[in-house]
Amino acid sequence: MDALTAVVDWFAVPMQFDFVRRALLVAVVAGVVCAVLSCWMTLVGWSLMGDAVSHAVLPGVVLSYMFGLPFALGALVFGTGSVALIGVVNRTSRVKEDAVIGVVFTAMFALGLVLVSAVPSQTDLSHILFGNVLGVSDTDIRQILVLAAVVLGVVWVKHRDLTLYAFDRVHAHAIGINPRLLETLLLGLLAVTVVVALQAVGIILVVAMVIIPGATAYLLTDRFERMLAISVGVAVVAAVTGVFASYHLNVSTGGSVVLAQATAFALAYLFSPLHGVLGRRRRRPTPAATAADQSTARQ
Amino acid sequence: MTAAAHPAAPAVEVVDATVHYGDVLALDGVSLSVQPGRICGLLGTNGSGKSTLFKTILGLVRADRGRVRLLGLDGATARRKGLVGYVPQAEQVDWDFPVSVRDVVMMGRYGQMGLRRRPRPADREAVEHALERTDLTGLAERRIGALSGGQRKRAFVARALAQGADVLLLDEPFAGVDKGSEATVTALLRRLRDEGRTLLLSTHDLAQVPELCDEAVLLQRRVIARGAPDEVLRPETVMEAFGVHVQGEGERWTH
Ligand SMILES: Nc1ncnc2c1ncn2[C@@H]1O[C@H](COP(=O)(O)OP(=O)(O)O)[C@@H](O)[C@H]1O
Ligand SMILES: [Mg+2]
Repeated sequence: MDALTAVVDWFAVPMQFDFVRRALLVAVVAGVVCAVLSCWMTLVGWSLMGDAVSHAVLPGVVLSYMFGLPFALGALVFGTGSVALIGVVNRTSRVKEDAVIGVVFTAMFALGLVLVSAVPSQTDLSHILFGNVLGVSDTDIRQILVLAAVVLGVVWVKHRDLTLYAFDRVHAHAIGINPRLLETLLLGLLAVTVVVALQAVGIILVVAMVIIPGATAYLLTDRFERMLAISVGVAVVAAVTGVFASYHLNVSTGGSVVLAQATAFALAYLFSPLHGVLGRRRRRPTPAATAADQSTARQ
Repeated sequence: MTAAAHPAAPAVEVVDATVHYGDVLALDGVSLSVQPGRICGLLGTNGSGKSTLFKTILGLVRADRGRVRLLGLDGATARRKGLVGYVPQAEQVDWDFPVSVRDVVMMGRYGQMGLRRRPRPADREAVEHALERTDLTGLAERRIGALSGGQRKRAFVARALAQGADVLLLDEPFAGVDKGSEATVTALLRRLRDEGRTLLLSTHDLAQVPELCDEAVLLQRRVIARGAPDEVLRPETVMEAFGVHVQGEGERWTH
């Protein structure tokens, strides 16, 4: 039973420490919220948007620290603000959306860097960029829990509409449901989710949390409900593994959590019975492929 | 079928629609009127503006000028009442999306459901009925992308049926549908017409038109011809719209 004791100890020993328990709570909560949203991010194809929103919150976080405000407030203002800015510039210029996203988020990030260097006081840039899950305060935890509850609550009410939006926005429009509103809702949820995950893994790695679990689940199932469940499962396991591994190996917690997620993705990519490179059953020819061939031939 | 909001009004009426994408003129003064209970074929080459006309009818692109009325109602009202069903072009759909056929058909009901879009018994009944009518009951649990071309089209028609749409807009319903399934789709569309629904369908494949459509409109940015299918499909008219490269296939176009 030595092996078992070792395993139990591997989890039990760190759990004696308050900072580990807090880190675990934050990592799991952030992981779950991100995982839920990541399913729609994967299906809509918004990974670049996730990257953008997460980087764009930097000036907001810095300003919050400067003025002693809750970090979530500044982050939210800049997160939603830059999403809105991307939308406006996209609609009113001929520049394509990915370029607009690239311009806005790097500009915001640069503004954040300048602000940090201008006010070198207590704000620790590396904590913001790479997360500081071992040092979260009670206030931080409270903010994270409230925002997480808001996101999960809104998703619980509107998840079918979000899937409708992701699948067929023309149909949504045709039956009198405004796809623009749903898009705004999803972007708002993304902004709040990014803020939730900020403390856990830091600005740089947030995008991983809102993409990898959903992308992993997408490789493993063809059912949306299962995709949600798998995504959340992957995120929880990765959060737990990441936090404990980082304790024992004395390495970055955020990095460990994301690496654990990436490992799950790699396994699914290789061995998924449905869509894995190695695990895939013999592919039936998809009707889409034959259909496309025929219609080109006919023209 | 349910009566139109204004029995005398055309089911689909477009008056003088002009649409630009930037500098590209996609529609130039297009007018169109389809009476209830008719199938109208919208014919034209790729890029002739068929999809744009659908988007205009749906209120998805802003026309520079022109107006659209559906069953005597303005577009927004008709959409809110769920009167307009849309069957998308195959290229517009993400066939890898993890939804089942039944999920897709259920989406037809969303406009009539509560805040959370939780299906009630009436919604489930409507979905099962629509699946039955399109002969998809046995495939209801399949992922939408795992269907054949013809089955996919039927699934989206089922969505419009579950919705209770009186006007169906079908963008290229025969693209990617093999010859065998074509007949099934055609028969289904005719039945819907016979029940009083109005169908506007676009195609660049003219073979289906004479036997399916009650009337046809030949589109090439503007309306080149309209009327009974055999009139519209006269070689000279088709030549103007489809250009020289159809010449070799002349017999097929004209029957
Ligand atoms: N979103 C768009 N932006 C710019 N041009 C477009 C867009 N959609 C269509 N077009 C152009 O408008 C014309 C009509 O296109 P479309 O309505 O898709 O034709 P069809 O459906 O008959 O193939 C084409 O020249 C096409 O390139
Ligand atoms: Mg088209």
